[in-house]
Amino acid sequence: MSEGTNGARGADLLVVGAGLVGLGCALEAAAGGADVLVVDAGGVERASEVAAGMIAPVGEASWGEEGLLAAALDSARRWPEWARRLEERGGEPVGYRRCGALHVALDRDEAAELRRYHELHSELGLESSWLAAGACRRLEPGLSTDVAGGFEAPGEAEVDPRVALAALRSACAAAGVRVRAARVERVLTGGGAARGVALDDGVEIAAAAVLLAPGARLSALCPPGSEVPVRPVKGEIVRLRARPGEEPCERIVGSERVYIVPRAGGEVVLGATVEDRGFDLRVTAGGVHELLREAYRAVPEVAELELVGCAAGLRPTTPDNAPAIGWTEVDGLMVAGGHHRNGVLLAPFTAETVAALLRRDEVPAAAASLSPRRFAASGARS
Amino acid sequence: MIVELNGREVELEAGATVADAARAAGIDPERRGIAIAVEGEVVPRRQLAAVRLEPGQRVEVVEAIGGGAPDRSDGRPASGLGPERFELGGREWGSRLIVGTGGFRSHGDLERALVASGAEIVTVALRRVDPASEGTLLDVIERRDLFVLPNTAGCYTARDAVRTAHLGREAFGTDWVKLEVIGDDRTLLPDATELLAAGEELVEAGFTVLPYASDDPVLARRLEAIGCAAVMPLGSPIGSGAGIRNPYNIRIIVEAAGVPVILDAGIGTASDAALAMELGCDGVLLASAVSRAAEPERMAAAMRDAVAAGWAARHAGRIPTRLHARASSPEEGLAELT
Repeated sequence: MSEGTNGARGADLLVVGAGLVGLGCALEAAAGGADVLVVDAGGVERASEVAAGMIAPVGEASWGEEGLLAAALDSARRWPEWARRLEERGGEPVGYRRCGALHVALDRDEAAELRRYHELHSELGLESSWLAAGACRRLEPGLSTDVAGGFEAPGEAEVDPRVALAALRSACAAAGVRVRAARVERVLTGGGAARGVALDDGVEIAAAAVLLAPGARLSALCPPGSEVPVRPVKGEIVRLRARPGEEPCERIVGSERVYIVPRAGGEVVLGATVEDRGFDLRVTAGGVHELLREAYRAVPEVAELELVGCAAGLRPTTPDNAPAIGWTEVDGLMVAGGHHRNGVLLAPFTAETVAALLRRDEVPAAAASLSPRRFAASGARS
Repeated sequence: MIVELNGREVELEAGATVADAARAAGIDPERRGIAIAVEGEVVPRRQLAAVRLEPGQRVEVVEAIGGGAPDRSDGRPASGLGPERFELGGREWGSRLIVGTGGFRSHGDLERALVASGAEIVTVALRRVDPASEGTLLDVIERRDLFVLPNTAGCYTARDAVRTAHLGREAFGTDWVKLEVIGDDRTLLPDATELLAAGEELVEAGFTVLPYASDDPVLARRLEAIGCAAVMPLGSPIGSGAGIRNPYNIRIIVEAAGVPVILDAGIGTASDAALAMELGCDGVLLASAVSRAAEPERMAAAMRDAVAAGWAARHAGRIPTRLHARASSPEEGLAELT
C-alpha cells in the first residue's frame, strides 16, 4: 500500500469517479486483491443517474462503428452474470431485465429509414427481425395505429441505473473499496508517471496507479501526454410513473426521435435529446416537449401516466463515439471514459478490461481498438 | 485627403478608390479571405477599384477567413471553382459547396466529411450549439479553419429568427446569417411571409442575409429586392433526399436573379447536386445527404466532385438534346470494302 502525502492514506489503485464505470472497475480491482480508493465529489452531473439504462447493442448499432459494436455485444453478454455477482456481493437487487426492444416507424418515410437499419443488422449478423405494422401492434397493443412497421430486437435488456448504482456501491463496500467524497483537481505526476491525485482543498493522495473515470470531465483531468478528447453531449429525459396495470408497453419501444423504457416498478423513462451545448444541465421546455410529443405519437397512452420529473445529463463523448479504455502514455495512468450513449451497457466490459490490464492479463478482444492512445496517433481533439 | 483606415488616419490622393486604400494599408485587395467595408457597408469585390472614397470616410479591412484557405491535406484541388469566381456576400470563395453540420453520428465523421467536401462555409444551428461552450462542434470547425454561417433553424416566427440572428452576431462576430423561418415541423417548409419580414429587418440591421426559401420565383425576386445577399431555394423538403422536384422553377429563379442562387435542401445524392449546378445555381448547400450516409466522408467527396462537375458542364456548352441519333464518328469517307 502506498503512503499518502499530507497525511492522506494512499492506495494501490485510485479511481476518480464513482459512476457505474468507475465503481465497476474499482470492484473488479478490489476483488483481485488491490487496495482501492474511489474519489468523487458527487453532484448532479453523474451520467449514470440520468441514463435510461438500456442494454441495447442492436438498437445502438450504426455504420462505421464496428469496434464499438464488438465491445457492446461482449458487454451485453456479460451483463446477466455481472448483475448476479453484484447482487451476491452487496446483497442488493440490480434489477437487470431482458425485456427486449421494438423499434417502430410512424410513417412510410420512417419505415424506409428503419429498414435501412434492419438491413445493417442483417449484414452484421445481429438479432433483429422485421415486423409488419400488425405484428408490431400485436406485440405492443399500446402502439399508435400510425405504426408502419418495425424491427424487434428480443435480446435487448434494461436496468435502472440508479438501482444498479446502489447495488454496485454495496458490493464495493463489501469488497473493501473505500470511497472519499472530494473533488479531484489534477493528477500528480513525477518522472513521467502518475503518482496520485491532488484534491481541490490541496490534499494530495498517493497511489501506485490512477484510473480516471470522471465522465464528461475526463479531458480536463488528463495530464499532458495522456490527453483523451472527451466532450459533454447533453441529454434530457422525462420520468413518468404507471400504476399497476397501466404500463404503456412491455419492452423498450423506440421511434425515430424517442425511446420509451418501462421499468419493473412502474417507472417509465422517455429519452433522450442529443445536444452539443457544453457543460449545460438545464432542462428546457423544448426538450421536454419534444420527448412528450414523440412518445405520445408512438404510444398515446403515455398521456395518462404521472409526470414524475425531468433531468439532464452529460454523455462523455469521443470523436468516434467509442470509449477510451486502457493505459495512457503516462505510466501508471489508466482511463475508462468516453462511453457516450453506452455507459450502462459497457460497464461490465469496461470493468473486465481494466481488471485484466491491472492483472497484466489478456483483455477482451474487443478492447484492442479502444485504447486511449488511438487519439494521440490521429492528433484529433474532441 | 485623409480617411480613417482600420482606426488610423491615412493620407490618400484625391479620388483614391477602396482598392487604393487597401494597398496603402499593405493589403492586396484581390486576396481571398478579406472583406472591405466603407462606413460599415461591405463593398462588393468587383467594385473595389471603382468606388471612390470621400475625405474623412471610415474604411475597414476585415480578415474574413483567418489563415486563408482551409487545409486540403488530401492534396486534391478545391471543388467547383472554375475560371468564374464564386462571390457571395461580397467575398470570394474557393468552393461552391456549403455543408450543414447537423446529423453527423460523431465528431470524427463530421471532421473527415468536412475535409473531404472541400467546403469553406459551414452552417451551424444556433439553437443547438452554444458558441460559448468548449468541446462543441465549433472546435472541429475552428481547427479546420472554416467560415461559420450561423442559421436560425428551429425558428417559427420572424421575431424568433431575428432575435436568434442577433445572438449569432454577438456569439460568432459575424453578421452573416442563413435565415430559416419554418412553417411547421412536419414539412419544415419555409414560411414565406415570416421569411420576408425577418429578412427585411435583418438587412436593415446590416446583416448579410442568406434566406432559405421555397422554390418560388416570385418570392426569390422579393427576397433579392429587400437586399438579401443570395436566394436559397429548396429542391425538396429538408432531409427528404428527394432531389430537385421542380427544376423549371429553379431555372426561372436563376434566370431572374441578380444575386447568387444556392440550392438549399433536398439533395439526396451526387446527381442531385450536379443537376443543381447544371440548372445554373451558383452553389449547393446540403447536410443530411452527407451526415446520414453510411459513409459520410465518401459521400462528401462525391458531393464535392458533383458540384464541380455540374458547374463545369453548365459552362462547357452542352449539346442540344435531339430526338434522333447523330453518329459521333464520321460517316463520310468510309472505306468501301467490296
